[in-house]
Amino acid sequence: MIEKTDVVIIGAGPVGLFAVFELGLLNIHCQLIDNLDKVGGQCAELYPEKPIYDIPSRPLVTGQELTDELIKQINPFKPKFHLNQQVDKIIKTEFGWIVETSIGTKVEAKCIVVAAGAGSFVPRKLPIENIEKYENKKVFYAIRNKSQFTGKDLLIAGGGDSALDWTNELSKDCNVTLIHRRKEFRAAPDSVSKMHELEKIGKVKFIKGQIKEILETKGKKIKLKYENEENKSQIEVDYLLPFFGLKMELGPIADWGLNLHENLIKVDTEKFETSTPSIFAIGDINWYPGKLKLILSGFHESALMAQGVFKYCFPDKKNIFRYTTSSKDLHKKLGV
Amino acid sequence: MPKLIITNRSGEKSEIEFDSNLTLMETLRDNGFDIEASCGGCCACATCHVYIDDKWRNNLNKMDEDEEAMLDQAFDVTEKSRLSCQISLSDDLDGLEVEIAPE
Repeated sequence: MIEKTDVVIIGAGPVGLFAVFELGLLNIHCQLIDNLDKVGGQCAELYPEKPIYDIPSRPLVTGQELTDELIKQINPFKPKFHLNQQVDKIIKTEFGWIVETSIGTKVEAKCIVVAAGAGSFVPRKLPIENIEKYENKKVFYAIRNKSQFTGKDLLIAGGGDSALDWTNELSKDCNVTLIHRRKEFRAAPDSVSKMHELEKIGKVKFIKGQIKEILETKGKKIKLKYENEENKSQIEVDYLLPFFGLKMELGPIADWGLNLHENLIKVDTEKFETSTPSIFAIGDINWYPGKLKLILSGFHESALMAQGVFKYCFPDKKNIFRYTTSSKDLHKKLGV
Repeated sequence: MPKLIITNRSGEKSEIEFDSNLTLMETLRDNGFDIEASCGGCCACATCHVYIDDKWRNNLNKMDEDEEAMLDQAFDVTEKSRLSCQISLSDDLDGLEVEIAPE
């Protein structure tokens, strides 16, 4: 099934969210796609608790507060979110574009607005030689089907919530060894104490150290060399599950034929349109002379982009400029 | 102006001047060193990982718990490891030797 809307926004960070507002005021409907499991982009994923001081009229706002307030602000426009998926392909159609995601969602829209920040969040890969050969065979950065690990020897690496939660969960049916560079963990205290309990009763083995190398093995197992301050050693397991958080990557956007400037999408500063008509780019992902990577620049870009998108959505209509303070029609849209 | 001695990922050494109002990460980025610093310097990503020479380690502002925890997402962490966004520069760090950690 292909869904239809006016605009697909790629990226549900602060700028993508505010774009829903600016487009909504012009009667343009949006659907948003994001690779994270939540909205808010970097604000929600990297620094939900950290203060931001340069949002006009907000002397101090945290990343999460900013996200929550933006959601509230755009709520009247009922945007639809497709989370946990990355846009893989875009296909030109007579209507506009079909956008296809990594899990098969298809949305057709007149315009695409790329608001992808520094790219999509993907698991940080272990920087060891030849690891690609083992990925999705012996090495998994995400767990989709935990039953494949039943009864197996696992090595889980990392000290955050994912590492600890999976250690605790998988230790029910698997032989789990957890490796981390130090004895302290940044995961939630509850998960840490649970892991220590499991360690005490022998359900989990803990190794202090860092993985350094994959050693060739003839058998089905994967052999890893690790070391800590005191010694070097090896471990052989069926699967390695590294959890070192997320990093940002431009990903498939680089292959869409848009003109780039050092991995950023070139846009004009009137409409923030890319080199491909009806594809726009706003926020940290775009580049133009004088660009500043600030949330507030992204908000400004959203407003001007919406004017450009209007012409594609309503080619025969005149767009009358109005203020939210005084326009009765805009009040109706906002439900105030 | 005080100076820093930087070793890049290819092992080449160079000297750069610094402004003591900046962090080490900002200084490295501003001088064109290949340092991702994707979170922009709020200790949320571990992509500005550097090694600080032994003789300088104790002269720096101490590592707090946040930074130590964030280093869990970095690789090849040693006792020399710091996140450069958390290091404030000051004039008495003239001559500080810094090595950029592998990606």
